[in-house]
Amino acid sequence: MKIGAPKETFKGEDRVAMTPQSAQALQKLGYDCLIESGAGAAARFSDEDYAAAGVEVVKTASALWKAADIVAKVRPPSDAETKKLRKGQTLISFFYPAQNEALLEKVNKAGSTLIAMDMVPRISRAQKMDALSSMANIAGYRAVIEAGNNFGRFFTGQITAAGKVPPAKVLVIGAGVAGLAAIGAAQSMGAIVRAFDVRPEVAEQIESMGAEFLFLDFEESGSGDGGYAAPSSPEFREKQLALFREQAPDVDIVITTALIPGRDAPKLWLEDMVMAMKPGSLIVDLAAERGGNCDLTQMDKKVETSNGVTVIGYTDFPSRMAAQSSTLYSTNVRHMMDDLTPEKDGQVFHNMDDDVIRGATAAHEGEVTFPPPPPKIQAIAKAVPKAPEKTAEEIAAEEAAAMKKAGRFQTLILIAGGLLMAFIGAFAPASFMQHFIVFALSCFVGFQVIWNVSHALHTPLMAVTNAISGIIIVGALLQVGSSSTIVMVLAAISVLIASINIVGGFMVTRRMLAMFQKS
Amino acid sequence: MSTGIVTAAYIAASVLFILSLGGLSNQESAKRAVWYGIVGMAIAVLATVFGPLVELSTILVVMIAVGAVIGIIVAQRVEMTGMPQLVAALHSFVGLAAVFIGINSDFNPPAGLAGAELIIHEVEIFLGVFIGAITFTGSIIAYGKLAGSINGKALTLPGRHAFNSIMVIACLVLGAMYMNHAGPWTLYAMTAIAFIIGIHMVMAIGGADMPVVVSMLNSYSGWAAAATGFLLGNDLLIVTGALVGSSGAILSYIMCKAMNRSFISVILGGFGGSKGPAMEIDGEMIATDADSVAASLDEADSVVIVPGYGMAVAQAQSSVSELTRRLRAKGKNVRFAIHPVAGRLPGHMNVLLAEAKVPYDIVLEMDEINDDLPDTDVVMVIGSNDIVNPAAQEDPNSPIAGMPVLEVWKAKQVFVSKRGQGTGYSGVENPLFFKENTRMFYGDAKASIDALLQKIS
Repeated sequence: MKIGAPKETFKGEDRVAMTPQSAQALQKLGYDCLIESGAGAAARFSDEDYAAAGVEVVKTASALWKAADIVAKVRPPSDAETKKLRKGQTLISFFYPAQNEALLEKVNKAGSTLIAMDMVPRISRAQKMDALSSMANIAGYRAVIEAGNNFGRFFTGQITAAGKVPPAKVLVIGAGVAGLAAIGAAQSMGAIVRAFDVRPEVAEQIESMGAEFLFLDFEESGSGDGGYAAPSSPEFREKQLALFREQAPDVDIVITTALIPGRDAPKLWLEDMVMAMKPGSLIVDLAAERGGNCDLTQMDKKVETSNGVTVIGYTDFPSRMAAQSSTLYSTNVRHMMDDLTPEKDGQVFHNMDDDVIRGATAAHEGEVTFPPPPPKIQAIAKAVPKAPEKTAEEIAAEEAAAMKKAGRFQTLILIAGGLLMAFIGAFAPASFMQHFIVFALSCFVGFQVIWNVSHALHTPLMAVTNAISGIIIVGALLQVGSSSTIVMVLAAISVLIASINIVGGFMVTRRMLAMFQKS
Repeated sequence: MSTGIVTAAYIAASVLFILSLGGLSNQESAKRAVWYGIVGMAIAVLATVFGPLVELSTILVVMIAVGAVIGIIVAQRVEMTGMPQLVAALHSFVGLAAVFIGINSDFNPPAGLAGAELIIHEVEIFLGVFIGAITFTGSIIAYGKLAGSINGKALTLPGRHAFNSIMVIACLVLGAMYMNHAGPWTLYAMTAIAFIIGIHMVMAIGGADMPVVVSMLNSYSGWAAAATGFLLGNDLLIVTGALVGSSGAILSYIMCKAMNRSFISVILGGFGGSKGPAMEIDGEMIATDADSVAASLDEADSVVIVPGYGMAVAQAQSSVSELTRRLRAKGKNVRFAIHPVAGRLPGHMNVLLAEAKVPYDIVLEMDEINDDLPDTDVVMVIGSNDIVNPAAQEDPNSPIAGMPVLEVWKAKQVFVSKRGQGTGYSGVENPLFFKENTRMFYGDAKASIDALLQKIS
C-alpha cells in the first residue's frame, strides 16, 4: 500500500507528516511512500532528501490524494481536502473529533477511515504514538524561548562588574507535558521556577524538575480520567485565584498551559492579576487556541497591555520549530503504522479490538466510531489510600505506653530472675553460688561490651570469640595428667583441637583486621 | 607457681579478654585489641601449664605445638569467602572439647563431693556435654552447608517438631536417671541423642538463615565453655564462656531483628508461609547491557553499591573494588550499603570488601545510608535480593513483611546484577525488579562487572 503526505494547506503551518527518516522506517514496514513536492520545504526537508530516502515526489496535491491509500497529515483536513477523500482511504491527522463533528461526518460520508492522532489513549503502550505529548513538549519549550525573546532581562541571576542582576521568576500554571517542558527549559536557563497544578500528585514531578510546587491547602483533587485535569468546584477556584493574585506582583513571566479535555480553557489569570504585574512582565498563554487562560489573551497575537505587560497568544508554537516537531510527529505516525501493520507486509490490519487503535479511530467502514469506549487499562494506577497521619500527641502517647510496657516487662523479668536466684540459693552449695556470681556478672559485662561492637566487625568478632572460647584448653590441661588412659587420650585430643582454635582464631582475626583500611 | 598466682593470672586474662572484645568497637582500636586477647590467652595457658594442678609432659607440648601449627596453616590458607565455614569448623572443636572434658569428669569425679554438691556437679556435666554435643554436630552440618558439601536447602522432615520434642524429652529422662546413678551409659546415650539433635536442627535451616545459626553456635560454644568451667570449678572458663555466649546471643538477636523473624522461628527451621495473596506486581523486568550501565554511571554523581551473597559466590569483590576505585577517581561519591544479614556470616560483606581493599569508611550500615538513598543517582544491586525487596514495606501479606530493607527503589536509577529471573532465598517475588527506574543487568556478577570495567576507564 502507499502512504502519502501532502503539503499542509493551513496558513502558516510549516510542519509535515512525513520526514525522509520516517519514510525509511515506513518502507521497512512494506509501504511505498509518496510526498507532495515542497511539502517538507518549510521544515527544511527538500524534495531531494525525500527522493534520496526512496520517497516518490508527486507534483500536485490532487495527484497525491489520488495515489495514496493512506494519507498522513498534521492539521485536520480542510473542506477542499475532504472532497478528495475516497472510499477505503485512510486519513491520519490531528482531528479533534469532539469539536469538529461536521467535518467528521463529511469524512465518514466519503467512506474513509479516520485515525485521529489526538485521540490516542494515554496508556504506557501508546506513549510512542502520543503526538499530543510530543507537540506539547515542543510548545512548552518554545513558550519559554518566546518569553525569553520578549523579556528584557536575563533569566539567570548574575553578579557582574556592572552590578547584580536578579534571576527571572517564572510561574508555570498547569504541569502537564507542556508545563513540565516549560519548567525544564526555564530552569535550565537559570530562572527561579514555580509551578501550580490542580492535581496534587504531580507535585513530585514538578519538584523533580527543580521547580517549587505552589501548594494549595484544599481537600479536593483535580485529577480526571486519563491523566488530565477535571473541572474544579467554585470554592477551589476561589482559593486558586487568591494564590495567583498573591504571585502576580512577584513573578516576571507567567506561562499558562491549563486545559480541560473537551472544554474551553479555564480563565485563571484574570485582568486584575495582569494589572498587578510589573511593567516588562510577560504572559505566554499556551491555551490561546481554546480561548486562553488569561483574560487579555488574543489568539495568534502578541499584545501589550496598558501597564506594559506583554501577552503572547500564539497557537503555532510547534510549527515555529517545524523541523523538530515534524520529526517527532512523523515518528508518532510511523509508530501508529507499526501497530496497524502487525505482519510488516505493507498491508493495514485495522484491529478494532486493540485499545489504542480503537481509541484513535474516529470513523471506520462507513460508521462514526467516536467517542470510543473507555480504555480497558487505567492510565495511571489509582492512588492507594493512606492511613491517616498520626498526630504528635498520638505518637507521644504510643511511645509512653510502649515505655511503660517495656518497664513493666523489665520489672517482671527482674522479679522472676530474683526468685529463681533465691530458689537456687536455697538449695545449691556456697561454692556453686560463688561461681554463679562470676557467671552472672560476666554475662552482663559481655552484653555491655558486645553492644558497642561495630557491625562492620562482626566477622572478626566471631573469629576472636572463637579464639577465646579455646580457653576450654584450660579444662583439658587440668585433665591430661589423669591416670586413666581414656581420660588422658580424650584430654589430649581436646588440648590439640583447642590449640587449633586459639591459634587459628587469633591469626585469622589479625589477618582480617589488617585488611580494614581507611581511604 | 602457687594457686594464688594462678588465680591472679586468670584475673588478668579475664580483663584482657574483656578489653579485647571491647576494642572491636572500631577498626583502628580493633587492631590493638586483638593483641590483648592473644596476651590474655598466653597468660592463661602458661599459668595453667606451670600451675600446681598440671604436670608438664611431652604429650602436652606436642599436642599444643601440633594444634598451633594446624591453626597457623588454616588461618593463612583460608579465603575470605570461606570465613563462614572456618568459623563453623572452629565452633565444632569447642563443642567436641566440651564433650570430652565432660565425659572425663564423669570418669574421674573430684573427690569429696556429696549431697547437693554431687547433684550440682552431675547437672553441670550433663549440661556441658549436652550443649557441647549439639554445638559439635550442629557446627559440622553448618560447615557442610556453608562449604556447599551439604545441600543448603532447609530439610523439612514430616513431624520434625515432634521428633525434636521426643529427643529433648528422652534427654531429660536420661538426665534424671543419670542423677539417680543409673550408670554412665545414660550420659553416653544422651550424648548420642544430642548429636542427632544438633544435626537435625541445622539441617532444617536454610542458607540465608545461616548468619543466625552461626551466631547461635558461637553462643553455644561459649555456654559449653562456661558449663565446663562450672564443672571444673574454674572461674576463668566461666568468665570467658559467658563473654562468648553473650556475644553470640547478641549477634543472633541482631540478625533476627534484621530479618524481622523471631529466634524461635529461625531455630525451628523452614520458612513461614504467607498470610494471604501476595500483592500483584505490574510492569515488566527490563534488561539492560554494560554500555547503558556504564553511561548511567558516567553521568551519576552519587553511586551506592548494595552487595549480597551473590557477590561472594561469584568472587566479584575485587572487580567491584576496581569499579569503585575508577568511579571515585572520577570524583563520584561511591558508597556501599550493607544490610546486617547480607551474606552468610554477620559482617561477612565488610570483610570481603576490606579484603578487596575497599576503604571501610565508605562502607555504611543500613541505618546510616537509607536516608541518603532518595538523593542517590545510581544504585547497583550486586547479588542481593530479599534485602532490597520493597514488598517488605508495601505488602502486608508478604512473608518478609516488616523486615527492615535497604530502600534502593527510592534512588533515581537502580541496576540489578543478577544471574537470572529467579526469586531470592525467601522465595518471594521482588517488585523492585519491576519498578520503572530499575534495569536488570543479567549475568554472573563477576563477568558483568568485568564487562562494565571495560567501558569505564
